[in-house]
Amino acid sequence: MQNLVEIRDLKVQARSDAGRRIEIIKGVSFDIAEGEIVALIGESGSGKTTIALTLMGHTRPGCTITGGTVRLAGRDLVAMPEAGRQALRGTEVAYVPQSAAAAFNPSQRLMDQVIEVAQIHKLMTPDAARVKAVELFRALALPEPETIGQRYPHQVSGGQLQRLAAAMALIGGPKLMIFDEPTTALDVTTQIEVLRAFKSVMKLGGMGGVYVSHDLAVVAQIADRIVVLKGGEVQEEGPVEQILHRAAHPYTRELLAAFEPVPYASASRLQAETKRPILEVRNLVAGYGPLGRDGRPLKVALNSVSCRLERGQNLGVIGESGSGKSTLARAISGLLPPVSGKVLLDAHMLEPEARARTKDELRRLQIVFQLADTALNPQRPVGDIVGRPLTFYHGQKGAAREARTDELLDMVRLPRAMKHRLPGELSGGQKQRVNLARALAAAPEVILCDEITSALDTVVAAAVIELLKELQRELHLSYVFISHDLSTVQAICDDVMVMLNGEVVERLPASRLQGGAQHPYSQLLFSSVPKLDPNWLDSVPPRAAAL
Amino acid sequence: MHTKAFWPTPRRLGYHMNWVGMIAALVVCFWALVAVIGPMLSPYPPGEIVDFDYYGPISAKLWMGSDYLGRDIFSRVLMGARYTVGISLAAVCLACISGVVLGMTAAVVGGWLDTGLSRFLDALNSIPSKLFGLVMVAAIGSSIPVLIVLLGVIYTPGAYRFARALAVNINTMDFVTVARARGERTGYLVTREILPNITGPVLADLGLRFVFIVLLLSGLSFLGLGVQPPNADWGSLVRENIGGLPFGAPAVLMPSLAIASLTISVNLLIDNLPVKIRDRSE
Amino acid sequence: MVPAPIFPKGPAMNPQIVRLVLGRLGVALVTLLIVSFVVFAATQMLPGDVVEILLGQAATPEAVAALREAMHLNDPALLQYGRWLIGLAQGDLGMSYANNLPVAGMIGGRLANTLMLAAVTAAVAVPVALFLGITTAMHRGSVYDRIVTTGIVAVISVPEFMIATLAVLVFAVWLKWLPALSFANDVTSLAEMLRVFAMPVITLCCVISAQMIRMTRAAVIDALTMPYVEMALLKGASRRRMVMRHALPNAIGPIVNAVALSLSYLLGGVIIVETIFNYPGIAKLMVDAVATRDLPLIQTCAMIFCLGYLTLITLADIIAILSNPKLRK
Repeated sequence: MQNLVEIRDLKVQARSDAGRRIEIIKGVSFDIAEGEIVALIGESGSGKTTIALTLMGHTRPGCTITGGTVRLAGRDLVAMPEAGRQALRGTEVAYVPQSAAAAFNPSQRLMDQVIEVAQIHKLMTPDAARVKAVELFRALALPEPETIGQRYPHQVSGGQLQRLAAAMALIGGPKLMIFDEPTTALDVTTQIEVLRAFKSVMKLGGMGGVYVSHDLAVVAQIADRIVVLKGGEVQEEGPVEQILHRAAHPYTRELLAAFEPVPYASASRLQAETKRPILEVRNLVAGYGPLGRDGRPLKVALNSVSCRLERGQNLGVIGESGSGKSTLARAISGLLPPVSGKVLLDAHMLEPEARARTKDELRRLQIVFQLADTALNPQRPVGDIVGRPLTFYHGQKGAAREARTDELLDMVRLPRAMKHRLPGELSGGQKQRVNLARALAAAPEVILCDEITSALDTVVAAAVIELLKELQRELHLSYVFISHDLSTVQAICDDVMVMLNGEVVERLPASRLQGGAQHPYSQLLFSSVPKLDPNWLDSVPPRAAAL
Repeated sequence: MHTKAFWPTPRRLGYHMNWVGMIAALVVCFWALVAVIGPMLSPYPPGEIVDFDYYGPISAKLWMGSDYLGRDIFSRVLMGARYTVGISLAAVCLACISGVVLGMTAAVVGGWLDTGLSRFLDALNSIPSKLFGLVMVAAIGSSIPVLIVLLGVIYTPGAYRFARALAVNINTMDFVTVARARGERTGYLVTREILPNITGPVLADLGLRFVFIVLLLSGLSFLGLGVQPPNADWGSLVRENIGGLPFGAPAVLMPSLAIASLTISVNLLIDNLPVKIRDRSE
Repeated sequence: MVPAPIFPKGPAMNPQIVRLVLGRLGVALVTLLIVSFVVFAATQMLPGDVVEILLGQAATPEAVAALREAMHLNDPALLQYGRWLIGLAQGDLGMSYANNLPVAGMIGGRLANTLMLAAVTAAVAVPVALFLGITTAMHRGSVYDRIVTTGIVAVISVPEFMIATLAVLVFAVWLKWLPALSFANDVTSLAEMLRVFAMPVITLCCVISAQMIRMTRAAVIDALTMPYVEMALLKGASRRRMVMRHALPNAIGPIVNAVALSLSYLLGGVIIVETIFNYPGIAKLMVDAVATRDLPLIQTCAMIFCLGYLTLITLADIIAILSNPKLRK
């Protein structure tokens, strides 16, 4: 029997700004049968999106297909003229983008964009298309299916937009759907609903699909087969069960290992009980905008938050976007001076504003940010970046500073020669290590880690977490670890607090995260984290009044 | 496109540059050189009448013909380069340095300083530059230092706006936040964290602004409000010899060509700046 | 996740838009005030004592003192500024020093001439520039695009007077269609009017349309790189549809902004053009006033120019606010 999609020895080249050509897809082959969903798994730069786009006969500007064939229902998209591809797009094969927010035209109503495919290819009358669209909205569990199409893209939420993008793809009745990381930008509690909607429409329509993602657990819920990619080459390919349980390739095993729960207890867990906390926050209120008459800011981001961090222990702060978790780090460090409440470092009260604090107070409390790209000055070599706190806090210069910089680079497992490089020449994981080294240079007691592993690929993130643990053992540090990702928090924290809309809804020890949560929101949050089990999605009861 | 490298091309230094950019760079360098050593090359003293024929044609003796008094245009264009390039360069440096310093400070300090400065300079910017020049030159007279300061002041708001916008972007980056959290002072933030990250665009902006200033200076001189006789920049040369226009005299064409070649080259150079080759190690 | 608020539907203006527009108008007013102060201060620096200039030969110390008193020149500068500003607001533009005629009367006809010139220029330049800007963006990188963009670089790189002299050279000296540099001050017939207008309009069109083409092209190219345009491509849309339905509607704000900003270059252009072609407009009047140091006339002309300029920039900003789809209901 003929397969729906047959990709044979696909090669794609990209052109660099100096005019050099680099092969980014190096001879990839795989098939998709009718009605089958195949997942392309890989880290950033693995070429998964590029491959998915070739299925639409499209390459991003600067890229060209240089070899191989991409057959869709027997016709080769590579050899076909552009007009032929245009006729296939939207009707035979349709695309759901990663960021629906950017993929919707901001100046057109949603309905007009959803039914555009029908208009372009003259598939049906606009009225018939609208009726079909409303049916799709209903099938995708969108609220107010009759009227949601009348809104503009900025008037609906991210999860809704993602489902609307699916409706936009489904309207032409394609044989093949391409999902390009469609839930990556969403919070977990939203992701689960979107995934559920996708899965049900795909099952209903019986179409073939390509699901591009970096997250094995997400893919396990929806795909039939998994293709593991790295560096533009297929590493391993097989049915979901086989990849999850009998993975052959070491790289696949590495990916799987990142999901293994790591039991964690800090070294000083037992002896630290009765001592005074190293960091204590009492009734912190902070926000943005001018102060109102009641002395509260226009937009309150933190509403009377309290927490304490014992010396040598780690506190996890978990919550979704907009929960105020990053604001908490900024308020503690004095970057966003709190309006009221107290921050105590080692039982000593700190000024609300960073610039009013003493150098020593600043030194003892360091902050590390999420995006290592923007957290390092791109114009200064690594040695300078790491050395500056040495000069600033400890007055070290010359050879002493050089020697200490070398030590710090050793500590974060970076080669010493790297101090002459500029940040732009480092990989994401290396940058985050430099970022840590700079914080360590101050010789701090507390480090606020704001989503420091979120932008990293799974394997790299796991290594950074290991490094943090080692450093803690050697240097007796305490971390406040802010993240939206439950498993990383679990891997490193003693206590966890769950935040929602600027308030703490629950505090509990990390060991009791599974099944120990009392607050309904914490329960929802924890149960929404995808698991490697392919039956997980079906086993979680749908949230009735969620959206 | 690989250029054969048997002489030191930018590629050898790790940069890639196309041929339009190279030609433009050569022309700019040529005029810069003329501005410095031009008068040494001139065949006649620029003020001396060397020919009885006014608006004379191009000849072996007078490479660019003669002007309305019979002076050698070639020598006068060489002299004019010094005024046009020199005054414009001084003015553009003045404008960009003050604009960049004020812009970065405003972005980092923020608050009322930023608001006040921005409001005032925006207001200054909403006076058309020619009009401002016209009124001010009429008010305080025209001498070379006055011209430099005036042109500098006119283009400071633009440079300020540009630098401030860049600095505001950099200022929101986490590495500046980290430096702030470390307790660094404003001076450090401005000079070490922000300045190195805006130099590239600021230099390109400097080039564009240089063109604007050359154009304004020439315009003012053309109106008789710029460089005063007996000195003459290229704009004044066009004004002096405008009477030769009906005959298409080289005396009016040559200085115009000089201005155009300089400004077009600077613009082309900025549009075709060398690109750093980034993929060598990949 | 909190669902986005659903706005009630209705024809009324979004209060946020009203607030932003009013704010922009307020800023324009404040700016105008600052500008008026700068203009006043600059004209105060004019060399020579106005009274002595006015009196000429008859400048005895007594006469000078008396006239100074009569003209309130002994008052503090700030008081004079206030008086001038109030007069300006009431339409009292003062008397010309040079010929003792009311400034308002001298300006009236000249202003109409200049506005006429600007209107004709805009009517010619805007459609041409928009067409060139949009088509070059659509065919980015083609031979057509390269020719137009190279031409633009050439035009914006040269001073206005050069474009004017080039126009004279081409149309008067070589083609002999129009007379060179000689213009009647009184226009009697339509043919005469065309002749008067042709050369200044050609010059000004070149000056403003180059910027307009460049900015329009950039705006459309920017819109074409947006993810939603790629999405349209992946829906099977033709290139034409991508541009007309997706890129252009979102580029309208920046394009109109570009048009308004480019029109403001007219002001700089007319100063040169009116002088070269001896066109009886307000810019020529002002250049002459600078020569005779006619203070009230300079002040008024400068304020008119600044007002025009400010109106255009403010208009551009307001259009940018109105065209923001995020503020739409």
